Amino acid sequence: MTDAPLIEVDHLIKRFGPKVVLRNLDFQARGGEFVALMGPNGAGKTTFLRILSSLSGPTMGRVRIAGHELPRQAAAVRRRLGVVSHMPLLYGDLTAEENLRFYGRMYDIARIDEQISTILDLVGLAGRRRDLVRTFSRGMQQRLAIGRAVLHDPDVLLLDEPHTGLDQDACEMLDAVLRQVAARGRTVVMTSHDLSRVEDLATRFDVLTRGSIRASIGKADMPRDGLLAFYRQSLEKARAESQKGGQ
Amino acid sequence: MRNYLRALGAVIWKDLAAEMRSRELLSAMLVFALLVLFIFNFALELNVKDRLSVTSGVLWVTFVFAGTIGLNRSLAIEKDRGCLDGLLLAPVDRTAIYFGKAVANFLFIMVVAAIVLPVYSILYNTNLFAQPGLLLVIVLGAEGYVAVGTLLAAMAVQTRTRDMLLPILLFPVVLPVLVAAVKASSGYLQGLPMAEIQPWINLLLVYDVVFTAISFMVFEYVVEE
Repeated sequence: MTDAPLIEVDHLIKRFGPKVVLRNLDFQARGGEFVALMGPNGAGKTTFLRILSSLSGPTMGRVRIAGHELPRQAAAVRRRLGVVSHMPLLYGDLTAEENLRFYGRMYDIARIDEQISTILDLVGLAGRRRDLVRTFSRGMQQRLAIGRAVLHDPDVLLLDEPHTGLDQDACEMLDAVLRQVAARGRTVVMTSHDLSRVEDLATRFDVLTRGSIRASIGKADMPRDGLLAFYRQSLEKARAESQKGGQ
Repeated sequence: MRNYLRALGAVIWKDLAAEMRSRELLSAMLVFALLVLFIFNFALELNVKDRLSVTSGVLWVTFVFAGTIGLNRSLAIEKDRGCLDGLLLAPVDRTAIYFGKAVANFLFIMVVAAIVLPVYSILYNTNLFAQPGLLLVIVLGAEGYVAVGTLLAAMAVQTRTRDMLLPILLFPVVLPVLVAAVKASSGYLQGLPMAEIQPWINLLLVYDVVFTAISFMVFEYVVEE
């Protein structure tokens, strides 16, 4: 893990019309960190990840990734980012190999054939490389989606509820792939509602509720009663603070 | 520039490869185009003289209706599977995505035209291949239509009412190209002197250049959240 923050977010505000989704959100992630972003529905997790991924612009505040400012230097940021959402972002009428080749050309990847083989091995789909993606199960599609996201060897991997709709086996296979990606020293930010799953994967746990990060804890500092208790206490505390502040 | 062309080529290749497999878009466009031709043929019951005057109108209405289906599907495929985000996440100039989609859409319309023209020639007993100028008008008209259509489809696809919204947005904007294409096509079929056809060809050229340039400039803002 490196000391310099790879992701820096200061006083981020995002509004959709009159609705304020993110309010003065501050966030940092260092190189090699695996941050689990937890929070109730509507807390702003997906909006936050969309801003980090340059798909949405901030209303106010400062967002820097790998030293590049968003949205001004979005093209430079995109080169350093891999994104996985609950949708696989894959073309059903192309094979696994063709999907990776297409994205490889979009990211201008050198020695694309070698890289495709490495990635398909990593996600355990080497045997299905010539099969159409629409014939894949949801779990296989999600594994390939991770392969697509790490194809260009990004420094930062953003995952928005990647376990959604997966059965137990598929979740475990997905986690194994994520562990391999994290072991390569990449920074991972993942939103999830599945606390037991993120407890094993992440090295840091942030609670995002009512538009800002209200609590954060490292794996080493986790209290004895576990992540669920920490999460509930954080939500309770945030609720009490909001009521006190008249929010 | 090399990266730009690579991204452009990748988007075109991806659209063509996916369409070769599914034939989802082309088959819908073709069936619709042929149905329109048949309906007009039986509804109008034209004599030989009248046929020449309405041929180009029927032809362009067919292209425009079938083209709208194609444009809608082409962008809906990206949106429904979340792939539009995948494209926008790539570190490429977003106009390369626009031109890639536009070129693919243009090729799909050309495929439809290649099948519709002979069928039309048989059904309406009018040889549409006798005038090479007509083919030029089809290329120019389709280019203008696709340039605007791809941009507006990218706009409409972000809404819940995209199927209804695209024709409502597109038809008024594409009216000049439609009028010019019908007049120029009609001029060629009726054997009018070139001096009478030329202004319509010029209008098509100007429309193509202006609307391609506008689409190039605004596409990035259209797809941004």
